[in-house]
Formats: sequence, structure tokens, C-alpha cells
Amino acid sequence: MTTAKTERLDLRTFDDVVRVRQHTRVLAIEAGLSLVDQTKIVTAASEIARNTVIHGGGGVVAVSLLDEGTRKGVRLVFEDQGPGIADIEQALRDGFTSGDGLGLGGARRLSNEFAIASTAGVGTKVTIGHWKG
Amino acid sequence: MDRIPILKLGDALLVTVQVDMHDQLATALEEDLTAKIVAHGAKGVLIDISALEIVDSFIGRMLDNIAAVSRILDADTVVVGMRPAVAITLVELGLSLTGVKTALNVERGMALIKTRATPRDDDDDGED
Amino acid sequence: MTGELGTLANIVSNNEGKILPEWLDLLKGSGVLQSGRMKEEELATQCRGFLHALRDGLASGESDSGHESYAAAREILADFSRSRAIQGFSPRETATFVFSLKQPLFNVVNREKGLAPAVVVQTIWTITALLDQFGLHTVEVYQKSRESIISRQQREILELSTPVVKLWKGILALPVIGTLDSERTQIVMENLLQAIVTEGAEIAIIDITGVPTVDTLTAQHLLKTTAAARLMGADCIISGIRPQIAQTMVHLGVELNVISKATLADAFQVALRRTGRAITKLKSAAPDNGKSLDDDRVG
Repeated sequence: MTTAKTERLDLRTFDDVVRVRQHTRVLAIEAGLSLVDQTKIVTAASEIARNTVIHGGGGVVAVSLLDEGTRKGVRLVFEDQGPGIADIEQALRDGFTSGDGLGLGGARRLSNEFAIASTAGVGTKVTIGHWKG
Repeated sequence: MDRIPILKLGDALLVTVQVDMHDQLATALEEDLTAKIVAHGAKGVLIDISALEIVDSFIGRMLDNIAAVSRILDADTVVVGMRPAVAITLVELGLSLTGVKTALNVERGMALIKTRATPRDDDDDGED
Repeated sequence: MTGELGTLANIVSNNEGKILPEWLDLLKGSGVLQSGRMKEEELATQCRGFLHALRDGLASGESDSGHESYAAAREILADFSRSRAIQGFSPRETATFVFSLKQPLFNVVNREKGLAPAVVVQTIWTITALLDQFGLHTVEVYQKSRESIISRQQREILELSTPVVKLWKGILALPVIGTLDSERTQIVMENLLQAIVTEGAEIAIIDITGVPTVDTLTAQHLLKTTAAARLMGADCIISGIRPQIAQTMVHLGVELNVISKATLADAFQVALRRTGRAITKLKSAAPDNGKSLDDDRVG
């Protein structure tokens, strides 16, 4: 039986990015994640949040605390109607070499749940999560 | 708009980052540092990040930029006080900040900058 | 179908006074209370709780144990299984809780007046199928609980098997025994970085004498660890590289961009020099056979 506590936040400005980080931190603590794991998911959230604001032209994120009985976790789903990513494989590999690198590969390494869907000209949806147990 | 204060500490400049930095603040800091390095003939820049619980790629790039600019102006950049959880996360992110020197705290950081003046014996292969 | 489940729910309600004692007797007979790990009142309360939840689910007309209306019943069983797993009961004892309810339920259905034989048979079949599902659910939760206990214990073993040793002021040693997988690396990094902060260490010697092979992945883990230590201002030296490992690394094209020494002793000497120290021999007045451990002093 999974229980979820979700909050949707607007992502338009830098202050919104800060708010997402703070909210993620609170939920990560509630989920019982270790300090290192908290830091990882909050950093991953920061990366994707910035992407959404800078590259996606703004969007929304749904931050959830999930409880599946045997394990608890935090999941974030970012959505924007921006230009989208033409070559996802490339973006995941890019790292920070392309200057304004999207940091997608990094965010994926920091999470133990990751999914991305993007269509050029339509928008992007990124899901990241970190579980304990 | 706030600007991050830069203190003079001997031959070096000390910056303590305590707030979440946004684009303008980061750019302003880089500008201010560049100006002050030249104005004071500083040999080093100490960036104290012990208050930061999160260092993402944006801050990482800012640190790399500051180091690069400082190097051109013949000054060392030392990042001090990184928290363990942050170090582990940065490494996982793929940001090893190789262009930047590091130290545990401001005191050690200052020592690093001072030793730059005297050539160090870096040879470790037991040339006894 | 719904009709007979509703009837069943009523039968259970009306006969609770007969079902519960019979169920408890069967459970006691199977030895559940023998080991003294559980008291009779505790068991009785759990039986009552499950029976009520079961009855409520039956009243809703559903015969699938995964349905929403049986959520309370599943929760009760899940809590039951988890606590049994922790207390060390066997899976059989845990599943017996559910399966031994069949007999009492069959008995009351059989004794119920005014039910056609075909309905009796159908009802008994429904009970069997439903309780089988619950029994399986119990075993699954039990299994998962045991697994999480085991993985917690494994993690504790991992933490104990990567100690960080202070060799001298500012010099740490990390003897790694066994394979360095990604989970182990996380623990190694956390322990090492914490020690760097606590000891104010400038140098960390990672000794891999006890690591069987160093392939590309292991090398990556080592590099991650040294990179993390460096971010905290500490330099790393890798020691204990056996000849076979050196060869394997060259053949695999693995590069460790960090100082490496063959032995921990060599690494320690380098570390001492880097921190401005050296080992000197004291001019001892005592003859050679009077040598004590204090004769070599580190300055």
C-alpha cells in the first residue's frame, strides 16, 4: 500500500529553485534518508530545477514523499513546455563539457530512480527519486 | 542587490559564501574578486564554503571560473571547508574541481598560499 | 457471487464467539505460544482484529484479497509478519496464523442451517481461496522483512570492515579488505571524509593489499574516493599494490592518477616527509640486545 504526499511547485525564478531545494530537503529527512543521500537528491533536484528554469522556459515540479511500507522515498517530477531535448543520449553523456551542460547525467548518478521523456519543440519531463530501504 | 563581501587577509582575499547564489550574485562576485586581486596584488583567493549544504554544478562552475581568472592574474584559489556530504555528491556529479586547490579550513588554506612563494620539494620518490 | 459472500460475512459475525476460541485452540495446539515469545492475550487480540477485518472485507462482496476492502486485513497480517520476522519465528509459524482459520470457518459454515449443499461447497471454496491468498501475503511480507534485516546486517559488517586508522598526526590509513563495490565505496568515502574532518588529516593512505583484483570499476571507485578526499584538502596515496594487480592494471589500461607505493611502510615514509617529518634513530647507550620499542623516534 503506497501512500504519497505531493506538492506542486512553480518553477519560474531562481527563488523557486531555492524553494524546491528546501522542500526536497524536508521530505528527504522525513523519508529517513542519510545526510549524504539527502544531499544527493537535493543537489539532483537543484540541477533539474535550474534546467527547467533556464532551458525549459519555466515549468512545474511535483515533489512527493512516498511510503511503500518496506521502503520510503522522495520523488520529483519536473515538466516544462520548452524546446525539448533533441538527443537525450547525448545530453545524458555531456556532463559539463558543453559549458552550460544540462547536468542530466550527474542528476541520474545521484538518484536511484531516473526517467526522462522529451520531444523537440514540445517539452520535457524528468523524474528523479531517491529511496531508502 | 547584495554583493558578497570580500575581506583582505594578509596577501590573500577571503570570501565566505553563506547564501544560495543566483546568476547575478555569482557574476558580481567574479567581477569584484577580479578587481580586488589586481587592486591589492593579492597572491591568493580563499573561498570558504563551510556553510554550504549543497554545491551544485552552477556553484562548481563559478568556483572553476574564479580559479581560472585568478590564475591569469597570478593568484591561487583555495576552496576551504567543504562538507563531507558535499564532497561525495560533487564527485558523483562528476565535478572534481581539478582547477582549484582545496584545504580543510581557512588556516590551512592560508598556509597553502604562503608556501607558493617558496619552491616546494614535490619529489616523493625517495631520492635520499 | 456477492450474495454468498454477504451470507458468509453474516455467518462470521454471528458466530464470532465460536470461531475465535476454536482458532485460538488450533494455534495453541500448533505450538505458537510454547516458545514464550508471545502471550495469549496478544494472540487473541490479533485474531480478533484479523477476523473483523476479514468480515468487513467479505461484507463488501469482494473475493480478491488484493482489493481495497481487504486493505485493513492485509495491514494487520503485514504488521504480524514483520514482527514475527524480527522476533525470529519461522515462516511456517507465521503462515499458520492464517491457515488455521480455515477449520473454524468450515465448521460454522457446515453447521449453518438453511444453506443448500451447493452453496456450502461454494462458500468453503471461497474461504479456502481467500485464506490461501492471505497466507501467501503473510509469507511474502515475512520474506521481505528477513531480507531487509539481512541487508542491514550486511551494511553493519561493511562499516565495521573498513576502519580508518590514524598513523600519525594528520596521516590516516585505510586498509581495505575484500572487493570494493559501489556500496562499499560509499561507506569508505563517508568514513574517510569524516575522519579527515575529525583528525584534520592532510594525507590518507589507502592500502589495497587485501583487495583481490583491481579492474576498471574498482579503479574508478578508488579514484572517486581520492577525488573526494582531495576536495576536503587531503591528498591520497595508494599502497599495497601487488605485482599481479600492477600487471592487470596495465593490461586493462587502468590508470590511477595518484601516487602509489608498493607497501604501506613506503607510503608512510612519503606521508611523513610531505608533512615535514622524518624518522631518526636515537644514539642509544644500551647494547644491541637491549633494544626496546622506544629506540626509533619519530620527530
